[in-house]
Amino acid sequence: MVSHKMNNFGFKISQGRQIDYDSNDRRIANYIYEREPSFRLCIECGGCSATCTTGNHTKFSLRELHILIKRGENKSVRQDLKKCMLCGKCTMVCPRGVNTRNVVILAKQAFQKSDEYAI
Amino acid sequence: MKKHVVVIGGGVAGLEVAGQLSHSGIEVSLIEKESKTGGHLNNWYKLFPDRRKSSEVKEYLDRLSQNQGISLLTNTTIEGFHRNRNKFLITTNKGKELNADAVIVATGFDLFKSARKEEYGYGIYDNVITSADLEEKFRREEIVLVNGSVPETIGIIHCVGSRDEKVGNFYCSKLCCVTAVKQAIEIREQLPESKVFCFYMDMRMGGAFYEELYREAQEKWGVNFIRGKVSEASETIDDKLTIKVEDTLAGRPLKMKLDMLVLMAGMEMSDGGKKIAGIGGLRTGENRFFAATDNHTSSNKSNIEGVFYAGTCTAPMNITETISHARSAVLEVIDFLKDGKS
Repeated sequence: MVSHKMNNFGFKISQGRQIDYDSNDRRIANYIYEREPSFRLCIECGGCSATCTTGNHTKFSLRELHILIKRGENKSVRQDLKKCMLCGKCTMVCPRGVNTRNVVILAKQAFQKSDEYAI
Repeated sequence: MKKHVVVIGGGVAGLEVAGQLSHSGIEVSLIEKESKTGGHLNNWYKLFPDRRKSSEVKEYLDRLSQNQGISLLTNTTIEGFHRNRNKFLITTNKGKELNADAVIVATGFDLFKSARKEEYGYGIYDNVITSADLEEKFRREEIVLVNGSVPETIGIIHCVGSRDEKVGNFYCSKLCCVTAVKQAIEIREQLPESKVFCFYMDMRMGGAFYEELYREAQEKWGVNFIRGKVSEASETIDDKLTIKVEDTLAGRPLKMKLDMLVLMAGMEMSDGGKKIAGIGGLRTGENRFFAATDNHTSSNKSNIEGVFYAGTCTAPMNITETISHARSAVLEVIDFLKDGKS
């Protein structure tokens, strides 16, 4: 008798990489916008990430973190936030005067306050 | 009786204004603080986007302004500025008093003082130079490091003193991007073995033939463009420079050793302009440049009737724009002198 056992070809369904802007939750971003309006001023120059103590040793980009918060990609942000040591060098180099350090602090606060994301 | 106009500043705008006014039969006193006219134009090697020699434009301006109707006062600054009915009384540092029917301010710009961005090490590390320093090296056809050797890797940092809140300049100087592209090409031309890297936040190629020059830099000269603002430069033990930047398109921090670093200094309101704004009561904007009464329709008019602006004392401009702006100032003055109203 022929066996109907499925052959395993090694295929699997991968998670999409697309940002689903409409269904993403941007409450974290809005929390920061309200309390640190300079958050809106980022022009993605990457000065913060260039000088970042953490980013030079682990996979962490503060610039990317800001963008992901704004897009509502909260899950990865939640993890990444823990890496920041709040040294504040990013704030010193920012040509737009974004209080980048405070953005991280507020993001942490927002996650703590949210039922969905709190630890 | 002939009308008399005082033109303050003998750079591109001042020479154009003086030349055109004198051709219209108006007497001109052209005041220049340096010993010769030409301003910044004297310092440039070739001009973007077509890389013609800057001396050709200077020759044009000299021809235009060689006119008996122009009295040139060099090494002269302005110490007094008064309005008396329809006349202006201007006092120079040499005690000379000039009576003018109208005044054109053409005090131009100063380059951003790059030492203010301490993190880039200008004035601290030997091989960190400015775009103006590089022009001088081009003119001598000698791009060498302080120890006399030829640089192999050269980094160009855009937006030094522009779009930077930390130095109080929110605005874009708009010409540094294309200057960087021009200089990158010229480095490659003079040093074919070299590698050139431009570090930019945005490439602002908004001028005729700028984008084409950018493409040529990539295609023909192999200039590398990395999107990211350099956060700091430091010197290594072997006299090289290390820079830190985020390669924002790769999303990764990047560090690189370079032999030479060129800082694209932005444009600021000149010190001379600031002084005249103070003594003349002329209004300046948030960017510290002179503020015209209407940016669209009266970009030459000041808040004082009979005082007009020409060129980069109002905003960063290239030479083409400066000459056009100077000519429109001439029209405004002629109109004003005709009916006494501005």
